[in-house]
Amino acid sequence: MDLATILSILDATIRLSTPLLLACLAGLYSERAGIFDIGLEGKMLAAAFAAGAVAAVSGSAWLGLLAGMAVSLSTTLLQGAAAITLKGNQLIAGVAINMLAAGMTTFLGQTWFSQGGRTPPLAPGGRFEPITLPFANELAGVPIIGPIYYELISGHYILVYIAFLMVAVTAFVLYRTRFGLRLRAVGENPKAVDTAGISVVKQRYQAIIITGLLCGLAGAYFSIAQGSGFGNNMTAGKGYIALAALIFAKWKPVPAMFTCLLFGFLDALQIRLQGASLAGIEIPVQAIQALPYVLTVVLLAGFIGKAVGPKAGGVPYTKER
Amino acid sequence: MNTQRPGTAAASAPASGWAIELEKINKRFGAVHANKDIDLKVARGTIHGIVGENGAGKSTLMSILYGFYTADSGTIRVNGAPHAITDSRHALALGIGMVHQHFMLVDNFSVLENIILGVEDSGFIKPSLDRARKELDRLEAEYDLEVDPDAIIEDISVGQQQRVEILKALYRGAETLILDEPTGVLTPKEADDLFRVLETLRAQGKTVILITHKLREIMAITDTVSVMRQGEMVATLKTAETSPEQLAELMVGRRVLLRVDKTAANPGQTLLEVQNLVVNDDMGVTRVKGVSFSIRAGEIVGIAGVSGNGQSELLEAISGMRDQKAGQVLLKGTALSLEGDDGAARARAAGLAHVPEDRQRMGLVTSFSEWENAILGYQNSPQYGSGPFLDIGAAKKAAAEHIKLFDVRPANINLKTSLFSGGNQQKIVLAREMERDPDVLVIGQPTRGVDIGAIEFIHNEIIKMRDEGKAILLVSVELDEIRALADRILVMFDGSIVGEADPATATEGELGLMMAGIGKKEAAE
Repeated sequence: MDLATILSILDATIRLSTPLLLACLAGLYSERAGIFDIGLEGKMLAAAFAAGAVAAVSGSAWLGLLAGMAVSLSTTLLQGAAAITLKGNQLIAGVAINMLAAGMTTFLGQTWFSQGGRTPPLAPGGRFEPITLPFANELAGVPIIGPIYYELISGHYILVYIAFLMVAVTAFVLYRTRFGLRLRAVGENPKAVDTAGISVVKQRYQAIIITGLLCGLAGAYFSIAQGSGFGNNMTAGKGYIALAALIFAKWKPVPAMFTCLLFGFLDALQIRLQGASLAGIEIPVQAIQALPYVLTVVLLAGFIGKAVGPKAGGVPYTKER
Repeated sequence: MNTQRPGTAAASAPASGWAIELEKINKRFGAVHANKDIDLKVARGTIHGIVGENGAGKSTLMSILYGFYTADSGTIRVNGAPHAITDSRHALALGIGMVHQHFMLVDNFSVLENIILGVEDSGFIKPSLDRARKELDRLEAEYDLEVDPDAIIEDISVGQQQRVEILKALYRGAETLILDEPTGVLTPKEADDLFRVLETLRAQGKTVILITHKLREIMAITDTVSVMRQGEMVATLKTAETSPEQLAELMVGRRVLLRVDKTAANPGQTLLEVQNLVVNDDMGVTRVKGVSFSIRAGEIVGIAGVSGNGQSELLEAISGMRDQKAGQVLLKGTALSLEGDDGAARARAAGLAHVPEDRQRMGLVTSFSEWENAILGYQNSPQYGSGPFLDIGAAKKAAAEHIKLFDVRPANINLKTSLFSGGNQQKIVLAREMERDPDVLVIGQPTRGVDIGAIEFIHNEIIKMRDEGKAILLVSVELDEIRALADRILVMFDGSIVGEADPATATEGELGLMMAGIGKKEAAE
């Protein structure tokens, strides 16, 4: 394997990890605050549709992104109303969001655009373009460092850079700020937070608002950056893989980034391996495509040991006895 | 004896003024009237005790003062001025701090992080952490409250955790400190340390409100004491002018037998026989090392010992909850088959009832209603249904009878079991096991965390069962309880029975030496 091939796989790894990472960080805010969020998938899907639809109609990627974030946020607040204010079961609230998103996106897509649930292909301005970082072209000729900078670091969509920047931001917010301290506390022992005179409900809503916004970024990435327009079930279970990554990373931001990169790498490898043959027999594409999912199960089952999440996770907070 | 109404003992305002005044406080939880027209005045710079049985409404009253619950009606005055305390932040601002019975700490946070939670100075926590570290140094010196600021809560002892709670309150500028059952989780030494801290606080002019059901603590440290009973404030007295007997009577509303009345045992045939029992714990360590004894009808055998010497494993093996490595258990001469997951069910079916040591973890499903717990373990009995179906009517009828016979309060079979107080939960378990009329009753820690009135009731029920000709195995870490109830005492040390004693003649010193592993003969020498 030469440098070019390796770089190409790694480049694909970054592209494929980005939505996972955004969704994983989204889940991190929610779950560290004590709200288990199985609805990441649905929120991403809804955001992907909204971004694709608005970008197609308006011709602006930025308007599409805003729409995606707005829809994801309102979906999150709906889920939050059920799980926080009404003290409903968090898993069921999340599953409901997933089902709602799967049905509504197809239905609205067909009603509005009559293309089998797809949104129309995007005009050039409706889609984010890769960003060439300063000096990328000039340095491209330099051996080794040049190609790495040009191929791997430069030339990604803005959402990619935002995703990786969010890792540092999240780590800082979580461990260095008042907001982060209270967020972690509310997921571990909400009663302690309540007796300290802080509203548990308010704190949890603040956390899921961030979750909603990040899911919006992740969803928009599918339809107006990586893809050109929305397709049915475009997120293809990435929300669940992000959730798996979150558990694998034990709800910590930096390990979350590495886990998402690992899953992204598996996905990139899978694409690369399609059509490969073993001992003269071509491996079925489906078997190779299943690889990342199989490895997800293996990793989760075998390698992390006991994953202990935030102690108060999954339990609606009630004050009275 | 004169039972004074609230306020009469200390009606005139003290020189230092009232720190806290409560007037006509009412609070209901559904059907439970937890606080009825409560009046309470606490003088500044004193330690004021509040006693009462479990479920008397002490914690509720203090949670109202601390703003965790809101009273349905009533007035709260702090330093003479009325305030409607709506939340804990408000109470904190008024200088009221509370150390809860179950600590309000975040287990995976450091001491410093817990201290600043909720009172951070700015958006970034670094300056607050630095300030807290300095302030902690000062508080530690002033009140002799040493604790490592960087330690993680789950790594430090319960006594240390409690110090963090006290420091938390002081850091927030608490002038009045409420402690809810502070010694329940402490070792005797830690409790002594705590009392020293409380005395220092009083010397520095702070006001302390101490909630407890231990009369010894009230007598030892408080200046004044208020007694609550079934949601009402029944008296406020100067500690120096009262006695434990008077307080106990006020708590339960009648004269309390601090001793158990019982006739001499009249043992009959042998009902339970344990032969060379060997039991391992979960780690594979042998905890019961070849124990043999027998219990006859109409006899209570008490097993004394410092906790952790194999008593728990012995109880669990006899009741079929834990597999035995060797030996056997015979009931009326027939060996019981106790192995496997349904060992406990077979033991029950054979007539061996079991009241486990930890009622909340093993005796009850606390999220179930009372009537569901009343049949737990006997749910397959033909009395409560046939085939796969439960006869809910029959179960509820039995539950209602249990409640009546054992005076469980509140008398509501549909109430969630977690809402009953500790003593009433224990009565629910006892009623279930005793009312099946077993031949043998195995009972662990019958009165742990149970209030005086319920202790008396439970002791009498146990004696009653003995007099009906049952064999009773009693395991308790309370030596007084063993001595009061047992007809024979076996002392367990390091997995073996090291001696037998007659409760009528054995002295506490003699038993204490045996519990420390020094044999009876050696002890006599």
